[in-house]
Amino acid sequence: MLKYDLVVIGGGPAGMAAALKARECGVQKIIILERAATLGGILEQCIHTGFGLHYFGEELSGPEYAYRFIKELEKTDIEVKVDTMVTDILPGNVIVATNNKDGVMQIHTTAIILAMGCRERPRGALDMPGSRASGIMTAGTAQKYVNIDGYMPGKKIVILGSGDIGLIMARRMTLEGAKVEMVCELMPYSGGLTRNIVQCLDDMGIPLKLSCTVIKTHGIERLEGVTIANVDERRRPIPGTEQYVECDTLLLSVGLIPENELTRMAGIIIDPVTNGAIVDEYRQTSRPGIFACGNVLQVHDLVDYVTEESQIAGEGAAKYILSKGKSKSRNGKDIHVKAENGVRYVVPQNINRSTDKDVKIYFRVADVYKDKRVVVTCGDEVLYNKKKKKLAPGEMENVTIKLDDIAKLSSNEITVKLEA
Amino acid sequence: MQYDVAVIGAGVVGAMITRELSKLDMNLVLLEKAGDVAMGSSKANSAIVHAGFDAETGSLKAKLNVQGASLMAYYCNKLSVPYKNIGSLVVAYSWDDMQTLETLFERGFENGVPNMEIISQERLRAMEPYISEEAIGALWAPTAGIVSPYELTIAAAENAIMNGARVKRNSGVFDIEYKNDMFYLSTATGVIKAKYVINCAGIFADKIANMIGDTSFKLIPRKGEYYLLDKTERKMVNHVLFQCPSAMGKGILVSPTAHGNVLMGPTALDLDFDSKLDVDTTIEGLNEVKFSVNGVIPQLTTRNVITSFAGLRAHRVGDDNDFIIAPSKENEHFINVAGIESPGLTAAPAIARYVGKMFREMDPSYEKKAEFISKRPAPIRMAELSPEERAEVVKKDPRYGRIICRCEGITEGEIIDAIKAPCGARDVDAVKRRTRSGMGRCQGGFCGSKVVEILARELDIPMNKVTKHGNGSKILYNKTK
Repeated sequence: MLKYDLVVIGGGPAGMAAALKARECGVQKIIILERAATLGGILEQCIHTGFGLHYFGEELSGPEYAYRFIKELEKTDIEVKVDTMVTDILPGNVIVATNNKDGVMQIHTTAIILAMGCRERPRGALDMPGSRASGIMTAGTAQKYVNIDGYMPGKKIVILGSGDIGLIMARRMTLEGAKVEMVCELMPYSGGLTRNIVQCLDDMGIPLKLSCTVIKTHGIERLEGVTIANVDERRRPIPGTEQYVECDTLLLSVGLIPENELTRMAGIIIDPVTNGAIVDEYRQTSRPGIFACGNVLQVHDLVDYVTEESQIAGEGAAKYILSKGKSKSRNGKDIHVKAENGVRYVVPQNINRSTDKDVKIYFRVADVYKDKRVVVTCGDEVLYNKKKKKLAPGEMENVTIKLDDIAKLSSNEITVKLEA
Repeated sequence: MQYDVAVIGAGVVGAMITRELSKLDMNLVLLEKAGDVAMGSSKANSAIVHAGFDAETGSLKAKLNVQGASLMAYYCNKLSVPYKNIGSLVVAYSWDDMQTLETLFERGFENGVPNMEIISQERLRAMEPYISEEAIGALWAPTAGIVSPYELTIAAAENAIMNGARVKRNSGVFDIEYKNDMFYLSTATGVIKAKYVINCAGIFADKIANMIGDTSFKLIPRKGEYYLLDKTERKMVNHVLFQCPSAMGKGILVSPTAHGNVLMGPTALDLDFDSKLDVDTTIEGLNEVKFSVNGVIPQLTTRNVITSFAGLRAHRVGDDNDFIIAPSKENEHFINVAGIESPGLTAAPAIARYVGKMFREMDPSYEKKAEFISKRPAPIRMAELSPEERAEVVKKDPRYGRIICRCEGITEGEIIDAIKAPCGARDVDAVKRRTRSGMGRCQGGFCGSKVVEILARELDIPMNKVTKHGNGSKILYNKTK
């Protein structure tokens, strides 16, 4: 059996940053297992720019952002196995992985960082009636066909969902000569970043139809058109608003789902809102020695935040490994972080009272809000209170709780909420 | 090319009959209009092996159902097809329903269904812990089960090919002429000559019969819509759960599938005679499924739905809804196998033997082959092997180490096997039916483009010639700028 101090599952931006940080903190034997043929994860097909503004202070393309980490990895002796899929996490931190060179490997490790990323919500999960024609695919699949394989997946396009990948693909398909008829969004607001709406739709003259959805697909072989309709406040189609739109392609950008199959297999507790593991401030899951970061933990809108989060997990794993598992024994004095009143979720959900630095709490809001205060309380005590001009579900927010405040907390629960 | 027998329609019935006839020393061809076998009702149905208490006593349906149920394990073993003998329960909610169970029991007994019982609420609860509290009893039929219907079709077609039959896909029959004791079938891929024709064209069997002037029956499509749920829901249901039957059919059922998902459906809606291609799902239909299943297992929701789909039953117009399995009155060398709606899948092995016997009585001149190969070898299924067994396989061929479909754990080696098999996959959906690549919860989001790549490479065609399900279902257009 192979033996490592740290196995990182996933070689995208999360896995790479976590591995590098763990090395920097002194972990010796590290291996990254990546299922694709190259490191970089989904960044490899994101050839548009906009990556790295926060982290590097420059605007990079996806592959450029990834390359900076790949280059750093090459300077270390961190091992990498690509085209390698982890199939099981067995009790006693044994990982089973397979590829076409080593066959089936069993790897024993002290700690694991889960960095498997996320996948797109497919058509089947949408309850969208109609035919089973070809030409209906997720925006990310279309992005791979265009940017990696060099083929156009269609000519006349409707996009359902205004998630960032959908917006990016609206522009990309237009630049490649396709006609993007419209982007339909079920909600009364977009789920994407404002900058993407401006640059990818407004600048390209593509209409964004809010409170609108696809209620039927037409065509037996290739897609021939879709019927769209407006929806009411309860997101039900409004009779009489149906409209037929001719198109050969329907791209779906209707949400991302963290890929937590292995996490569940390992018996780790999952947060029903984030669909990722419940973690502490070092991103340690409910199973000691197993950490999670990046889109497998919570879906991010910026890779810069993925990097930041993954470095925290890398540092946490290093502490765990170097203290031989003693650094973070749960002693029942954890502080639980609660989301309330307009805040949908928080990460981390738990903080160790004995932690050693300030803790940044990431969160998303449930709706579009204007001029609301973000408030963090512990009992009657207010730890944070700041007015925000605009809050939207598409943009991840964060607040920092000071180390001094954490040590002095009067109860074991703090609450993040919005107030008028 | 001249054949002794041409079978029209490669659904489960056509494929099983072809396999049966491939035991005889003759030139045999199976013609299919779609790009693959099992493209009609055989790929979109409840996937149930019915015990046999529904069909009217004395009918061909009843006889072949009960026979088919007892033959299914044998055939699935020979053909290496997933089958599980999990038994079925018809659930009663009222004293009227309990009365219906008695009627079903009596009919089942007359039909020859073995070992049925009417069970108490307590026993039902023990067998199905998540069942509605309103349920007061059930009819237990231990001979019922679940099977993978498209894999049964594919395996039968493959096994027929192993025994010398030809399977011609993309070969829809659009005209039939009979002269000098020979049928001339005009197909999309040329004229086929055959001494005998067996019409297994499913919902289109009436149109095929019309081509020889046989207008003795008419079929309308009766649509059924379904939800397929994630394997995470499998723990919620242990047996095939029926509700008490109505005039339109056996009602909406909930059942595990042979692969460990949960299936709920079907609705029953009669369509126009001209809507034989309409397999669109509808809001109304899907809502009906949801609503109905809520009454059976209230905690089972569509939150973890993988997909929804619709299929068509070949329903006979008129009072007689029994199977038609007989030589046509217009031409005794033309055997109609028509109106095979539920329990057609269950009955398929029995139908094959019945037709085989009918044919041998009609023309005893064909000898049985001495070297008939009855076993279709099982494809390699990496996800079902232990880590040690997997290691062995990868050592021999490293392509079994490269996982393409993450959700179901399907490797490149398995996909290549599916393409290279006797009745090999030619499109993305065909790969999916053979390997389960793309059947999981991401619905091919990740593996879809890789499967396109592998198909293009193995078939030596450009990526933009690969289709989703044959004909015009292209996936990619031109190259980018």
